[in-house]
Amino acid sequence: MSKTKKWLKQNSINVFYLPALVIMIFFILVPLLNGFRLSFFKWNGYSQNMKFIWFNNYKNLPGDKYLRIAFLNTLLYGFGCAIFQNILGLAAALFVDTRFKGHTLVRTMIYMPIMIANLIMGYIMYYFLQYNGGILNEVFAWFGRAPVDWLADAGRARIIITIVNSIQYCGNSMVLYLAGLQSIPDVYNEAARIDGATKGKIFWKITLPLLIPSITSAVVINLIGSLKLNDIIIALTNAGPAQKTHSLSTYISYVYFRSEKAGFASAIGVFMFAFIMIVSLATNKFLESKEVEY
Amino acid sequence: MSKREAAMAYSGENYVAPPKESPKKYVKANWWKYIVAALIIFVTMMPLYVLIEMSFKEPTDLASRLTWPTYFYLGNYKSVIQNSGLLNAYKNTIIIVVSVICIEVFAGCLAAYALARNRTKLNAFIRSMVLGVMMVPAVTILAGVYSILAKIHGINSYWALIFVTAAFGLPMSVYLYYNFIIAIPEALDDAARIDGANRFQCFLWIILPQLRPVTVTVVIMKGVNAWNDYLYPMYIMQTVDKYTIVLVVKQFFSENNTNLQGAAACCLLGMLPIIVLYICLNKYFIKGSLDSAVK
Repeated sequence: MSKTKKWLKQNSINVFYLPALVIMIFFILVPLLNGFRLSFFKWNGYSQNMKFIWFNNYKNLPGDKYLRIAFLNTLLYGFGCAIFQNILGLAAALFVDTRFKGHTLVRTMIYMPIMIANLIMGYIMYYFLQYNGGILNEVFAWFGRAPVDWLADAGRARIIITIVNSIQYCGNSMVLYLAGLQSIPDVYNEAARIDGATKGKIFWKITLPLLIPSITSAVVINLIGSLKLNDIIIALTNAGPAQKTHSLSTYISYVYFRSEKAGFASAIGVFMFAFIMIVSLATNKFLESKEVEY
Repeated sequence: MSKREAAMAYSGENYVAPPKESPKKYVKANWWKYIVAALIIFVTMMPLYVLIEMSFKEPTDLASRLTWPTYFYLGNYKSVIQNSGLLNAYKNTIIIVVSVICIEVFAGCLAAYALARNRTKLNAFIRSMVLGVMMVPAVTILAGVYSILAKIHGINSYWALIFVTAAFGLPMSVYLYYNFIIAIPEALDDAARIDGANRFQCFLWIILPQLRPVTVTVVIMKGVNAWNDYLYPMYIMQTVDKYTIVLVVKQFFSENNTNLQGAAACCLLGMLPIIVLYICLNKYFIKGSLDSAVK
């Protein structure tokens, strides 16, 4: 058998991955390169008129006031959600893992908000946060406190966005931690208990260190997810008041479709892509260095 | 212990019942858990509760948003179904979700089989490329995707949204199928090969029949994602007759800021299929979210 024939026989199966590859190349890799190309142009997004301006879009990145705000917000949303969501998730997992009668119902309930679209969840929060007739203000009124316009202040709006998003998605972290807790052999806990360790000590010295692999995956997944935060911001504040609650995601669509600066939007996209890559790789490295063998 | 084993252990098959205690002792040791559980259920059910009772109120009803109406009123549901284009949005969403799932399952399992069973250097590269694509955040290439779609007349068409959504979901689907197929002993394939089957027949008769569990995961995870997706539908679907459910809900809220009762009905109808599916199949959802956890 000739060499080519043998190669063909061995690799004929590779046609199986062609459909997937073609779709991914055409709808992700080509746009990725196209976006990179566009970032060197001054273009409004629809006209024939494109001007090659080298690195000017990138040079303009640091000077853009809203971009700076959006970047800081993205950091806040990303790390805020990752931390808060993981604490909630870990607490929920430890609670569900005590396996009282009915723990599966609690698990089902905690995971359920994930089924609701992030955008719709934001709109549902309207009923709670509205100034007139919102439920939070109604509760405030019971205690004789003045109503608050919750989303009118940018700082408060950012915190509300972070909290709502964390509560909605804490079920994801919970599931990962539950699997992690299940994989810790019981003998360690038992040995520690026999040696007289308290519950708190067992948690800090045994459970938590052995959970680090789960923590790594949960934190990295949440971090990547929340650095891309988009829908809930649109629903809750629509990036207001005064464009102060933008994340990088919402700002990219804003620049592309509202300010009609497609080239600049692509440059932000390239920047955001690089940023997310670096953050997730660094977090991964950092947390992996804390893993223990057992 | 691998992730899969952990998932198996958690899904309840190996659940060891706690040692029998007397009911009194059980209550004494566990009462606080029920208080915490009630609190958790209260927090997670609160949004749904508000939506449900609001949706039965007349739009002019300005009573507290925490109480049930004293009358019975279905007008919100009627007007949402008749006027907001929700039924049309159901049709659009179902077309998109079903097509996306078909592409992801079909292309995903084929690709995974080739990558798992023919491990050459080239395929190792392809595999790491697929995993790399998973890291590309959809929003960062919005400008790139949109300008290409505008050029090839993909804006406001089903196929463009279907392929874009499928493309972003495919890496995960390949990853899930790959992990599953790699765990199927290759001896099974070899046995069939000795009996004269070629690779394609191997796939059809040996691998395909075993893929059901992972297909359930792919369908559930990717289906929910596609149903709830907002960013790309928002920019690709530009006319109301092509709107998906999430877009109709958004339109309802941004146009009828005063009719929150109607909006509640719209929200509820939009979420209903997924919530019902989740309540019936929640074990698979949780297993799916574990399987697809890749850092």
